[in-house]
Amino acid sequence: MKVADHAQRAKEFNKDEKRVDWHDETLWFIRQKRDRASHNIPQWEELRNTASQIKNHTLSNLHHYLQEFERNAQANGVTIHWAANAEEHNNIILKLLQERNISQMVKSKSMLTEECHLNDFLGDHGIEVIDSDLGERIVQLAKEPPSHIVLPCIHKKKEEIGELFHEHLGTPKGSADPQLLTEAARQSLRNVFLTRKAALTGVNFAIAETGEFVVCTNEGNADMGVHLADIHIASMGIEKLIPQRRHLGLFLRLLTRSATGQPITTYSSHFAKPAKGKAMHIILVDNGRSRQLGRPDFRASLKCIRCSACFNTCPVYRRSGGHSYNAVIAGPIGSILSPNFDMKKHADLPFASTLCGSCSNVCPVKIDIHDQLYKWRQVIVQEGYADPKKTVAMQVMAKTLASPTMYRIAGKAARTTLKYAPFVVNNKLNAWYLHRDMPEVPKSSFGEWYSKNRKNND
Amino acid sequence: MTSKEQILAAVKASQPDLKELPSLDFFYQDNLNQDEDLAQFIETVEFIGAKTYRVNSYEEIIAQLQQDFDLKGKRVISPLNEFSTIAEKYTGADNHTLADAELIILPTHFAVAENGACWIDDHLFDERLMLFIPQHLAFVLKKEEVVPTMHRAYERIAGKSYGYGAFVAGPSKTADIEQSLVLGAHGPRSLRVFII
Amino acid sequence: MKVALFIPCYVDQFFPNAAIATLQLLEKYGCDVTYPKNQTCCGQPMANSGYAHLTGGCDRNFVDNFKGFDYIVAPSGSCVLHVKDHLHDERFPEEAAKIRATTYELVTFLTDVLKVESFDASFPHKVGIHQSCHGLRGLKLAQMSELTAAPFSKPVHLLNMVSGIELIDLGRVDECCGFGGTFCVAEEAVSVKMGKDRVADHTLHGAEYITGVDMSCLMHMEGLLHRDNSAVKVIHIAEILNGGVR
Repeated sequence: MKVADHAQRAKEFNKDEKRVDWHDETLWFIRQKRDRASHNIPQWEELRNTASQIKNHTLSNLHHYLQEFERNAQANGVTIHWAANAEEHNNIILKLLQERNISQMVKSKSMLTEECHLNDFLGDHGIEVIDSDLGERIVQLAKEPPSHIVLPCIHKKKEEIGELFHEHLGTPKGSADPQLLTEAARQSLRNVFLTRKAALTGVNFAIAETGEFVVCTNEGNADMGVHLADIHIASMGIEKLIPQRRHLGLFLRLLTRSATGQPITTYSSHFAKPAKGKAMHIILVDNGRSRQLGRPDFRASLKCIRCSACFNTCPVYRRSGGHSYNAVIAGPIGSILSPNFDMKKHADLPFASTLCGSCSNVCPVKIDIHDQLYKWRQVIVQEGYADPKKTVAMQVMAKTLASPTMYRIAGKAARTTLKYAPFVVNNKLNAWYLHRDMPEVPKSSFGEWYSKNRKNND
Repeated sequence: MTSKEQILAAVKASQPDLKELPSLDFFYQDNLNQDEDLAQFIETVEFIGAKTYRVNSYEEIIAQLQQDFDLKGKRVISPLNEFSTIAEKYTGADNHTLADAELIILPTHFAVAENGACWIDDHLFDERLMLFIPQHLAFVLKKEEVVPTMHRAYERIAGKSYGYGAFVAGPSKTADIEQSLVLGAHGPRSLRVFII
Repeated sequence: MKVALFIPCYVDQFFPNAAIATLQLLEKYGCDVTYPKNQTCCGQPMANSGYAHLTGGCDRNFVDNFKGFDYIVAPSGSCVLHVKDHLHDERFPEEAAKIRATTYELVTFLTDVLKVESFDASFPHKVGIHQSCHGLRGLKLAQMSELTAAPFSKPVHLLNMVSGIELIDLGRVDECCGFGGTFCVAEEAVSVKMGKDRVADHTLHGAEYITGVDMSCLMHMEGLLHRDNSAVKVIHIAEILNGGVR
């Protein structure tokens, strides 16, 4: 029965239609900003093509680039760790903190640490983590996961955030002014930045040639945390590598225009060496990525640069909300990444799409997202994660449609039923009929009409 | 088997046959025009929330800053000697002492017309936090130091050795609350770019 | 030119007028049209649901019916895309490959093969075009709004030759209607909401008719319009191009 899960949560979300409209329009507005920004760059499609090829090349030579990156980063004075899975990743971080008697850490946005459930893990070991990106801080205070990878609290209205800040940061009750709420977060988090000895960041791009990595933010929160701390820990999936520094020219042109329609994030920080007297550690994490790399149909999903353009354009995401996916990464890209982690849990996600294909068109690295959704559907059925009732129905349908005789009988029966016994179909057991009328029944099928009217071909 | 060996072995077994690295030549077929690039830079950086000023001297910059800010009793910091009349130099060992910086003035290497970003790396300043901690930030940019695109930008720094460098485009900002743009998220509330 | 008419199963059963209009159009422009009478379904409903392995019977039946023609034409983008992408037959691999290459959606056939330059058709109404996703992004019937590329539209090119027609602008030119095959029942809530929003875009911009190349999308929107007692109607593009006065 897994296939119904996204549908059930989406149905919940759709109970408040005004909110669905608001969510849809907010995200559509971002899609429009993305369109304006990309349409302004005449070489946009060339950028996508070339970036896609660079990523294809990198994945085909990842074994080499990982080692080149490690060598160059170590020469820069950076410590490299390798983590095969989430547990190892979390333990490396715990050890680094415990060795330094650190019990509080500030963290900027990192979907990888969400994937590894780092905050909960460290919390269980007595270490407090504060998320410093405003949106992430908001969902952290609300004890919710992010619903979007770039706009973590896009599902929340400002009044709800005002309520949350009133409770946690002491802002005046009933105040929902974004300016005022942001200022309150600024004051509160500034104090956090100034008192934390450890800072964790994600990694947007890592450069094999130089051993450096790039972190992109608009708020400056990653840098505020890092530069004030004694130790900077950067968590990165092994797929974040690109070969050369000059390749950043393409990726930084694509990333933010695709994400929010900005020409570039406010800060694109290039970390090559630790600052004097400070430590820099990079954790290279596999956690299923090498397995995905070994699936020819799905390896291109590893090209993702986490821009979220596919979220914003997806008509299903916009009308079902990020939490309906019940996955670390929601949206179309999440629906092709998540089954690799846990096929049973996420068997519903490749079906949460009409295969409209808009996701693949906005993808800055040209991942064939909607084709992969189609392919995951096949895999999920083959692996036995589909609803058995659906399987039986499909077998009957396939048999009927393969036989012209059975097809004619079934077609006639369907039309007869609709005409003479509509109550069999027009009831609330039929999901079509809940909000949609059935088509009117024609006098005859086209096949029947043709037999009467085009005798020569009979 | 260490995790490193394990990961590398898995990657090697999984990666497809080598695919070619594409050429980037296409992106260098641009016409360089200093005046146009500068004009585009100004338009773009103002659009993303910065202020720009065309100036002929550092005195003009100082006068403008004094006009824009009430700097009395406020901490102003710059590594540039030209600002010694209004700014101190930061030479400390503990950057937490920068928490009360009101205004920091920094030089930049060059700017990018297409996105309004300025590149600065630690050849020009030695405390990374200075880009982020002040309430207000000002950059000095030489007017001939504007490149049209990010491709040209990386051409400038392709072989450069630095410990840290950043493209900075406008003031710190967020739109996390209902997509309402707010300047001054965690970093500087404003950015001025003085084009000299 | 020998053309086989491929009428998708649901069009055959519920929308014979769209099929008749397609047949008459092709005949008008000189095609020698045959309707292979044992055709059923392309197999897409199973394949898109994850049961591509059950489509062998449909594929073989399709090849048996459609081999040996110059072209195969259907009034549907979605089914044509499925045939072009997924039709296989281990008995006749070459025939299957030829079918994949020569199967056309009606509008593309009219613009690219027959190169039709005029229609004897009048449709004095305000009409909104629904760009079906498979027609648009699969068969490239028009430029896709996501791309940085020159605009074009084959349906608009043809409809502009119909006298009296007024094509309306939409807020979102190519958003999905939410039909999506089994998606329309499996994800009922989102499907309906997508459909309502798409219909509202047309009605707010004054459409009297919504047209398109895919009857499945139109059936979905028609279901919503009927339930809402709306005066707005759906009509397959073949019916407009085939004379169209209602």
